[in-house]
Amino acid sequence: MPEFLPPFLLYLAGAAVVPLLTGRARQIFALLVPAIALANLYRIPEGIHYQQAFLEFELVLLRADSWSFVFAHIFTLVSFAGILFIVKENRRLDLSAGLLYAGSALGAVMAGDLLTLFFFWEMLTLGAILCLLARRTPASGRAAYRYLLVHVAGGVILLAGLAIHLGSGGSLAFDRIDLAGPGPVLMFLGFGVNCAWPLIGAWLPDTYPEASIGGVVFMAAFTTKTAVYALARVFPGEEPLVWIGLAMATLPIFYAVIANDLRRVLSYSLINQAGFMVAGIGLGTHLALNGTAAHAYCHILYKALLFMSIGAVIYRTGKSKATELGGLYRSMPLTCVFCCIGALSMAAPLFGGFVSKSMIVSAAAKQGESLLWLGLLFAAAGTFLHTAIKVPFFAFFGRDSGVRCKEAPLNQLIAMGFIAVLCVVVGTFPQGTLYQLLPYEDATYHPYTVGHVTDQLALLLFSGLAFTLMIRAGWYPAEIRARHLDAEWFYRRGGPLFFRAMDRLLNGINKAAATFLSSAISPRVGIFFDTGAYRIACWAMTPVWFLRGLNAERREEERQSLFRKSQRGAYPIGLTAFFAVVFLALLAALLAY
Amino acid sequence: MTTPPRKTTEDPTTSSGWFDAPENVRKILLGLFAASGLLLAIDVAFFLLRFDKHPYFRWEQWPGFQAAIGFVSCVAMVTIARFVVRPLTKRREDIYESGEKGGRDA
Repeated sequence: MPEFLPPFLLYLAGAAVVPLLTGRARQIFALLVPAIALANLYRIPEGIHYQQAFLEFELVLLRADSWSFVFAHIFTLVSFAGILFIVKENRRLDLSAGLLYAGSALGAVMAGDLLTLFFFWEMLTLGAILCLLARRTPASGRAAYRYLLVHVAGGVILLAGLAIHLGSGGSLAFDRIDLAGPGPVLMFLGFGVNCAWPLIGAWLPDTYPEASIGGVVFMAAFTTKTAVYALARVFPGEEPLVWIGLAMATLPIFYAVIANDLRRVLSYSLINQAGFMVAGIGLGTHLALNGTAAHAYCHILYKALLFMSIGAVIYRTGKSKATELGGLYRSMPLTCVFCCIGALSMAAPLFGGFVSKSMIVSAAAKQGESLLWLGLLFAAAGTFLHTAIKVPFFAFFGRDSGVRCKEAPLNQLIAMGFIAVLCVVVGTFPQGTLYQLLPYEDATYHPYTVGHVTDQLALLLFSGLAFTLMIRAGWYPAEIRARHLDAEWFYRRGGPLFFRAMDRLLNGINKAAATFLSSAISPRVGIFFDTGAYRIACWAMTPVWFLRGLNAERREEERQSLFRKSQRGAYPIGLTAFFAVVFLALLAALLAY
Repeated sequence: MTTPPRKTTEDPTTSSGWFDAPENVRKILLGLFAASGLLLAIDVAFFLLRFDKHPYFRWEQWPGFQAAIGFVSCVAMVTIARFVVRPLTKRREDIYESGEKGGRDA
């Protein structure tokens, strides 16, 4: 018995066993998998383990270092909370999908080489589409299909980049690669698809609102953060990432302000927060990279909490749109508290996000990147307004929708409470918890200085003040039942258009070819084989009949006789010999030629 | 409005909740204005007392800088979202469903 196992193995085995169990046994088992995985994670010593020869490559299935540990740690914690959140329904698909997805994410962040990374990268897509299918609606089925198409395209780009990189003498090492040449650039873009960069990341707000209430907790945690991890390991300090990150942090805000579905608001907010991480990777200093890791950790926590609280609302009311919700604090007071903790954890002192996001913002300032710094401040204020205030306000406060329901079930409350406690512990005591896990020990950071706390509080309170005044003055745009087009339009409208164009072109060619073969060629071939011999014989014999001086009547009789013989296949010996001679003559002519 | 979460554990069974009473809403608003004013006052005091906030940029020392950023950012972003992004991108809610197999969904 080995001391420790690769985490992905535990999860994948768990995902395979879950469908075989029933009842309480299945529930307990599904919860035990992440619990055992956490214990197992602490037993893995630093270094590379489970090396495996594959073709001419040496694969490293498990690399444990400070980078992979911080991501593996939070993935394991959130997978436990996610399973707990959905354990009551005890559905095979949902539990199995969650474990498979978590296993793939752990496999990816603990991969020691690019091929292993790619393998788990593709498995992440499988986990995500299962989480979408777990919603069991026609819309979620279509969303799963779109998700699959986009991510297969992204995976192919990544694989092409990897192949070119290897072909031009690069190694499989999952380490820093210079962003130069087609191979690394394609890999960069492949990572970018999963990281939900502007334009190529439209799949995220397009599909996440369709996922199951538990599935979206996993989706919010794993896919984009694995991409952040991959970028941080392979392309740290690449300048373009700074500006991609800034675009991610700012552009989705406008959509989040007007989006109606609260899970779509959270999806845009997810991209916006991932933007901070990507900008941190682009800065590339130890403080910035620590900030990226820390913010990924905190963001997974509070985004899981926010998605869970809206998930609980959907569970009880079936609604997730701002136009249909409001005033739920009466019916779901505890869920409301957890949602507010999740919201505060985005930025407020004593809660998670404050101690992580500010590392990246400070790193930007330290580098003298004033434009980036201002952009990130704008994004931080915007995030607080469009998510931390908007989501709880429209779901739990605001106009009373008249919806009355029961409080969330106990397992969901415990799952939310678990994450909420983690948010507060990490936010209040970062030095003893989160900061211990960060990759670089030389980049120390102290978030709780008087100036920083008052500054941050001022930023948040005046954002809140702006929201309040705008709501009361009617300046804040009313929530309306509408869809706001984003880049998903290109594939949701362009995709069918491409399909129709290809349908016309390829099926047109197909049809023309079919028509040509079936109505032009094949009947003629049929006629030839049916009566061809008779016709040739007639044609050959007609001069003979003339020479014999037969009249029209006799000639017709001869023809009829030939036809009957041809149908029976019984020609006179002379005629058969004649054809044989003709055939041989043709053959001889052909050979001579 | 920013609402302290701890106040939400009021009795959920009553049909008109704590937040429905106008005097309570007024209390929250007053609290918000008071807190904002207090923070602004602290910032001004820091500036006058030349308290070192360890700034990276010199504008960070200006009194009310972060407050202004927060307020102006939010107003700007809501205004752009309302008057630029929404008119450009707003479509029917079922814009995509109409053309897809399975038709509209719930």
